[in-house]
Amino acid sequence: MPIHDQGYRRYLGSRGAIGKSWQVITRAGIRTVLSKRSFIALMLLAWSPFVVRAVQVYVASNFQQASFLAPKAETFREFLGQQGLFVFFVTIYIGAGLIANDRRANALQVYLSKPLTRAEYVAGKLAILFFFLVSVTWLPAIMLLLVQIMFAGSLGFLRQNIFLIPAITLFSLLQVLVASMTMLALSSMSKSSRFVGVMYAGLIFFTAAMFQALRGITGRSSFAWLSPTDTLEQLGNYVFRLDPVYDLHPAVAVLTVVTLVAGSAWILERRVRGIEVVQ
Amino acid sequence: MPEPQSGVEVPLTPSFWDPSTPVVVCQQVSVRYGKNWALQDVTAEFHPGAVGLLGPNGAGKSTLIKTLLGFVKPDKGRMTVIGMDVAVQPLDIRARIGYMPESDAHIPGMNAVSFVAYCGQLSGLPVADAMQRAHEVLYYVGLGEARYRNVETYSTGMKQRIKLAQALVHDPDLLFLDEPTNGMDPKGRDEMLELIRDLAHNKGVNLILSSHLLPDVEFTCDRVVVMDKGSIAAAGPIEALKGPAGRVYELRIKGDNGAFTAVLRREGYECHDTDDDVMRVFVPGTLDEGPRVLFQLAAREGAQIRHLRPSVPTLEDVFARAVGEV
Repeated sequence: MPIHDQGYRRYLGSRGAIGKSWQVITRAGIRTVLSKRSFIALMLLAWSPFVVRAVQVYVASNFQQASFLAPKAETFREFLGQQGLFVFFVTIYIGAGLIANDRRANALQVYLSKPLTRAEYVAGKLAILFFFLVSVTWLPAIMLLLVQIMFAGSLGFLRQNIFLIPAITLFSLLQVLVASMTMLALSSMSKSSRFVGVMYAGLIFFTAAMFQALRGITGRSSFAWLSPTDTLEQLGNYVFRLDPVYDLHPAVAVLTVVTLVAGSAWILERRVRGIEVVQ
Repeated sequence: MPEPQSGVEVPLTPSFWDPSTPVVVCQQVSVRYGKNWALQDVTAEFHPGAVGLLGPNGAGKSTLIKTLLGFVKPDKGRMTVIGMDVAVQPLDIRARIGYMPESDAHIPGMNAVSFVAYCGQLSGLPVADAMQRAHEVLYYVGLGEARYRNVETYSTGMKQRIKLAQALVHDPDLLFLDEPTNGMDPKGRDEMLELIRDLAHNKGVNLILSSHLLPDVEFTCDRVVVMDKGSIAAAGPIEALKGPAGRVYELRIKGDNGAFTAVLRREGYECHDTDDDVMRVFVPGTLDEGPRVLFQLAAREGAQIRHLRPSVPTLEDVFARAVGEV
């Protein structure tokens, strides 16, 4: 008789509460993404505007001659606008394969045979994208604010512009929510992450081109709702109390964002299933 | 007695479930895909142990399993798995079962041990326990040496084994195995069947094996549920469905077939002629009595027995009878 059976043994240990499996998906997803060197390079690039802005704040705070560089409320709006480019790249890099790769490998039936609802699966995947998009939008913007306070040595700027904290948070969340929900919905529609990436880029560029074409033809910018990027631009200006860029009512802009997010949720509800039923 | 692993001990099975009762109960379950009924009023009980779910392609086996997993909502009917209602406690059920899907399925970009440990964590195991179980289960299914290889580089047989490993890692009370030997070479198939048999007969894991391969089911299972056209065609212990062995004999004689058949019938034996001058005789009683009785009768009637063979009913006969092929 063997002193230690290396065969199958019953498990008598503890089991976690049901409803937390989405965290497992998120943790594993974040670990996988961080293990890619090319992604680390992309993140460094995404943080380079922060470094430039931090230097700007430092110079403005320490050299009288450079006081014209001192940050204003709109500096933070501009900063988040610039970060939109990195939101685009990070969304494609991480998001394209989030569900598409699982569909290619038939992993959905593995996931959904575990104590995990479809909503938890989507939440787990969404949280991966959320984490990285927040780290290129909200996190550097808030850190920039902290850098400003640090270099200025007073809370004067923050007191005068206290709305900046909710404004940065709200606009970052809008950017992240629209990008991640749209990408996740597209990712659930294909088994090829490359195709999803092309679809997302196509959606962003095509809608922007359509808006510009209509603007050129009609001379009106009220069609900005056609382009998610321009709709966010408009909302960003409202949130930061700046003059609107386009002739687009804020309610229409909000409705566009809600429609986009709700449409993405509807697609995800239809596509994330344990089996595919061909009728 | 297995060694308990770290953590707080919890009961293996829900306290309200009596292990002597069926692991799965289906009551008039119907599922429709568009206009087609995939399952029609399926009423069945799957008892503890190994139960084969047999049926030709399109019989509704996979649909039944996917309905039990909660992937498909039944149009009507009620189902319980290890004492829990599928419609009410799907997550509690999935925490207690393991599912080995029919098609290739893995989490992309992971090696085998990470994949299996990840599945353990998804089922609620703590990180350390999940990793320990992943190593153990991979050794058990025969992938110990290949456990650090990316799953995408695995052969078909290895992919089948890793699907079994991910279904086992959290030590389920009930395993659903959907065509587990698909695409495996003969040696790999035998090893897989041995594993399944070991799990059911030595490790106390209840399992439902869906297959259209009768020998697989016959080798691993004690009971069978036969499905055809979305309905249950037969169910019960395999031995009972096959009937008592050794009581039907194939017989060929030299002489007047018709006269000898009449004699056998007069003596009270059930006897049927077949197309190629072989008659099938049913001899009630134990295994050893049949040949002696038949030889005595032949000697008395002056007939010469040229061929005598016990006709052992196979699961194939049961299956063919159940789906109306004979």
